[in-house]
Amino acid sequence: MNNLIGSDADSQRTLYPYVTGTSVVGIKYKDGILLAADMGGSYGSTLRYKTVERMKSVGKHSIIGASGEISDFQEIMRYLDELILYDNMWDDGNSFGPKEVHNYLTRVMYNRRNKFNPLWNSLVLGGVKNGQKYLGTVNMIGVHYEDNHVATGFGNHLSRPILRDEWHENLTFEEGVKLLEKCMRVLLYRDRSAVNKLQIAKITEEGVTISQPYSLKTFWNFAAFQNPTVGAEGSW
Amino acid sequence: MCRTCVAIAGADYCVIAADTRMSTGYSILTRDYSKIIQLADKSVMASSGFQADVRALQKVLAARHLIYQHQHNKQMSCPAMAQLLSNTLYYKRFFPYYAFNVLGGLDSEGKGCVFTYDAVGSYERVGYSAQGSGSTLITPFLDNQLKSPSPLLLPAKDAVTPLSESEAIDLVKTCFASATERDIYTGDKLEILVLNASGIRREYMELRKD
Repeated sequence: MNNLIGSDADSQRTLYPYVTGTSVVGIKYKDGILLAADMGGSYGSTLRYKTVERMKSVGKHSIIGASGEISDFQEIMRYLDELILYDNMWDDGNSFGPKEVHNYLTRVMYNRRNKFNPLWNSLVLGGVKNGQKYLGTVNMIGVHYEDNHVATGFGNHLSRPILRDEWHENLTFEEGVKLLEKCMRVLLYRDRSAVNKLQIAKITEEGVTISQPYSLKTFWNFAAFQNPTVGAEGSW
Repeated sequence: MCRTCVAIAGADYCVIAADTRMSTGYSILTRDYSKIIQLADKSVMASSGFQADVRALQKVLAARHLIYQHQHNKQMSCPAMAQLLSNTLYYKRFFPYYAFNVLGGLDSEGKGCVFTYDAVGSYERVGYSAQGSGSTLITPFLDNQLKSPSPLLLPAKDAVTPLSESEAIDLVKTCFASATERDIYTGDKLEILVLNASGIRREYMELRKD
């Protein structure tokens, strides 16, 4: 710890991310939680990987969605697998709910940040246990909160305003998916790291379902896009 | 980042208030985040600053209070908690908790007390205090309304306000309504905790959401 910002020690800690995932968006709905994330893994400005599963189930009651460094997400999954394993080994009829998993993740992220070696992710953690819905988020510096709708990265700028306007209690599954698709479509249009291949994850008291990948319909024939330089000849 | 908190001490009560907005840069992350925690029967802390550090500090103090209860079979008094908070903050003097705290409660005589802190544990008992981004807007107003006696007077004059509980609560609501107008980081909702001999009471007030 004596060369916290030393150049030799730099090889031992994360300085910048390499392969990254973009936004994750999550909402509470009538029966539980819905999460959406695309399947892109960018290598800087290259869209290198297009089948990255950025959402995974955790234990019986939770689901995690990650944006940021993909390798750190894989590391987090190893931490969580160990956490759930130890939880199961107690064999006491109790199992970690989403609140507990979120708290654990928050502590891990915060402590890594304090050691100047962060896990370069923004995570969404959602789940249902004993009828109680829970949706929270934590990022690489340990900032965390729970809300009725959350998003990471660009989602905070583009999707949260839509959700603030259109989210309400007791959305049906169909309404929830439509709302998430609206958010993801805006992200697809405006986030350069977004890819048109996404999954929707659903968690209810019964369990977790992660959909097969599919793509959104897009519309590019807006009049303003048709002849963009009309009125400003010579520009591009 | 959590942004503004205020506490006012009265003759037999204490009012602690904070807004519930959590923001980062120019974005609002959530409109419903509580910055206030009840650490002991008669101690309530409100903190502004870096949320992750605030939460870690709250947990450390809550754990230490639990140990105290196990060892002494009683609740920590507010002045004792005040010292503990100061020591906890100074412990990380060279990698501070980025937290700006006000501790409010009732002292052993049942009088309201407010302690105000900087990020590394320097503290002082005062009659009222504001911390966070809205403090620059609120403190001059409280100075004007609460006419705090000079700390240079001898014998020392008590700084607790002669206002009644409901007057103090109204004052706090006015403070936040005003701070919300001009501070972009303050708004959404106001959470007020009132501590008095009969216990603790929570009140909420809507603030502008822009």
